Amino acid sequence: MTNSFGVIDQIIRSWAIVKKDMRIYYSKGPVVLMGIMYPAFMFIAFAFGRDMPVASLMPGLISMSVFFTCSAIAPITFPWETQARTLERLVSAPVAVWTILLGDMLASMLTGIFITIVPIIIAIAVGSTIVNALVLAGAIILGAICFATLSLLISSPPTSAPQYSQMISSFVKFPLIFISGIFVPLSEMPAFARSITFISPLTYFTDLARYSMGGGNYFPVGIDFMVLAAFTVAAWIIAVKLHNRTLPKRI
Amino acid sequence: MNNQDTAIGVEGLTKLFGQITAVDHISFKVKRGEFFGFLGPNGAGKTTTIRMLTGIIKKDSGEASIMGYPAGSVRAKQLSGVMPELSNAYLDLTAWGNLMLMAELYRIPANQAKERAGSLLQNLGLFERKDSKASTYSMGMRKRLVLSMALIPDPQILFLDEPTSGLDVQSVRFMRALLRNLKKEGKTIFLTTHNMDEAAEMCERVAIINRGKIVALDCPDNLSISAGRVYLIDVSFDKAVSQETLANLPGVNRLETAQAIETSDMLRAQQAMAGAGRPGGMGGNQGRMQAQMAGGLSAGAAGTGAGKTPGADTGGEEKTDYRFRFYTDNTTLLVTTLVDFSRANSLQISILNVRPPSLEDAFVRLTEEAKR
Repeated sequence: MTNSFGVIDQIIRSWAIVKKDMRIYYSKGPVVLMGIMYPAFMFIAFAFGRDMPVASLMPGLISMSVFFTCSAIAPITFPWETQARTLERLVSAPVAVWTILLGDMLASMLTGIFITIVPIIIAIAVGSTIVNALVLAGAIILGAICFATLSLLISSPPTSAPQYSQMISSFVKFPLIFISGIFVPLSEMPAFARSITFISPLTYFTDLARYSMGGGNYFPVGIDFMVLAAFTVAAWIIAVKLHNRTLPKRI
Repeated sequence: MNNQDTAIGVEGLTKLFGQITAVDHISFKVKRGEFFGFLGPNGAGKTTTIRMLTGIIKKDSGEASIMGYPAGSVRAKQLSGVMPELSNAYLDLTAWGNLMLMAELYRIPANQAKERAGSLLQNLGLFERKDSKASTYSMGMRKRLVLSMALIPDPQILFLDEPTSGLDVQSVRFMRALLRNLKKEGKTIFLTTHNMDEAAEMCERVAIINRGKIVALDCPDNLSISAGRVYLIDVSFDKAVSQETLANLPGVNRLETAQAIETSDMLRAQQAMAGAGRPGGMGGNQGRMQAQMAGGLSAGAAGTGAGKTPGADTGGEEKTDYRFRFYTDNTTLLVTTLVDFSRANSLQISILNVRPPSLEDAFVRLTEEAKR
C-alpha cells in the first residue's frame, strides 16, 4: 500500500473512477449508439439541404460529436450516484472531491474521443481531407477535456434527480450549438452574431476543426488552443469549488 | 489513555443542520483494538457522527481524529473501512468488480487485492456468486458484500452502521461471528446498533447518545447496573389479587400491573427495535419481550382488571391472566415471599420469570430521562 498522499497519488486513484464509469455508464450499447446517432441526426436536420458542399460541413459534425459525447453522461453521474448512495461510498474512500471529478471528467473525455473516430471516418469517406492531423488531434483532445469539464459544472447543483441535470444540460448545450459557427462559418456571420459566438468554447473548437480539415479558420490556431485551455481551467476551478460546496447537501 | 492508544478521538464534535443541532459537543475516545458501541434512538445523531468521522460530511465545530489524523483526511480514510446502514455497492458491478474498485481506490497492489478479495468472498459466502451483478443479490448478500468492501483495504478501524439490521437470524449470527473474529484480529470496531443484546454481547464499551448528546459512556455491565441494580420479576397468578397487598410484600421496590407492563414493554420495543423492518434486531430479551407482548395484547383487556381486589367487576369478561411485574433488589426474599403468599392464598403461579437489569433497561431509562 502506498504511503504517498499527494496529487500524483490522487490522480492514480482517479483512474479507478474512470474504469468504474466506463464499465457502468459508457460501455452500454445505447450510450455509444446515442453518442454517434444523436449528433449525426442533429447535423442532418440542420445542415443538409443547404448550399454547402458536404465535405465542408464535416468539421461541424466532428464538433457536435465531441461536444455531445463529452457532455452527455457526466452531468448525470453525480445525481445518479447520489440516488444510489454510491457517491457516499466514493466520498468515504481515501479520495478528494477533485479526484472524483477528475475521474468523471477523464471517462467523459475518453469516451468522447473514442466516439469521435466515427464522424472522422465518415468525413474521410465523403471526401473531406485532413490537412493538419496534429492540430485536429490536439483540438479533439483539448476540446474533449474542455467539454467534459464544462459538463461537471452542470452536475454541481445538489440534486439526486438525473432528469433535473439533464434539463439544465439541454438548456445550456442546445443554444451553444447555434452560437458556435457550426452551421454558418464565423466569417459569414453578421458582426453582432459573431460577437455572441466568442463566449462559446465550441466556437474555438469548430474553428480548429475547420482549419485542420482545410476550411477557413477565423482565429489564429494558437488563440483557439489558448482560449479552449482557458475555458477548461476556469471551468475546472469553478467545478471543484461548486462541488466542494454542494457535496455535503447531497449526502 | 494516551494518544498512542487512541484510535478515535472526539472532542466537542458538533454538527448543525439549519437550526437543528444533530450532534451537540460530544467527546469520547476509542482505544486501539476496542469494540466500541454507539447507541441511541432514531435521530439521536449516531449516523451523523459516523459520517463526520468517516469524512462523508463536515463537522461544524470540535475535533475528531482517526489514528492521530484529522477525521475526513485522506490519511484517516486510508486507515478506515466503512459499512453504512444501507447498501451502497454498485449494483451494475459484480461483487468482484466492486471489490476491485475499492482496492484501486485504496491503492492496494493488484495481486494482494485479488488474494484478499478471494479470501473475503470465500469467508462471507459470496465466492460462488462473485461474477453476478450486485443487483441480483438478496439484502443479506448485499450487506455481506458491503462489509467485504469495507474490509478489502484491511483497515485498522472499521465503522459499522447497523450491520445486522434487516438480516435474517442466520445472517445475524454469521455477521456477529465475523465481527468477533475481526476483533480478535485487533481491529478497532465502531458499531452503531439498535439491538441492545448485540451491543451488550459484542462491545467492550458503549456510548449512549440522545438528542445529539452523549448521556452515558461505560462498559455494558456497568451501564446495566446503573439502571438501578433492580431485578425484574414477572409473575402471573391464576386469580385476581389485590395490588395493594402485593405492593406491601417484603422485598418489593415497585409493582406494575399487566397494563403497565404492556406500556413499558411497548416502550422498550419502540426503543430497541426503533421501527419496523429490523428483524435482525430480534434476539434474546427482545425476542422474549415480543412473545410477552403478543401474549400481553390478547390478555390485555383481562389484565387491566388485575391489581384490583378479588371479586372486582370485570365487565363480564373472564379473566385468565393476572400478571404483575415486581422490581426488587432482593430477588431471594421476594421469590420466597411470593411462593409463601401463593400458598397462603391458594393461588397458582403460572409464570415466574426473574430477569437481571439489562443494557436495554439502562438505555430506556437514560433516553427517557433525557426527554424529561
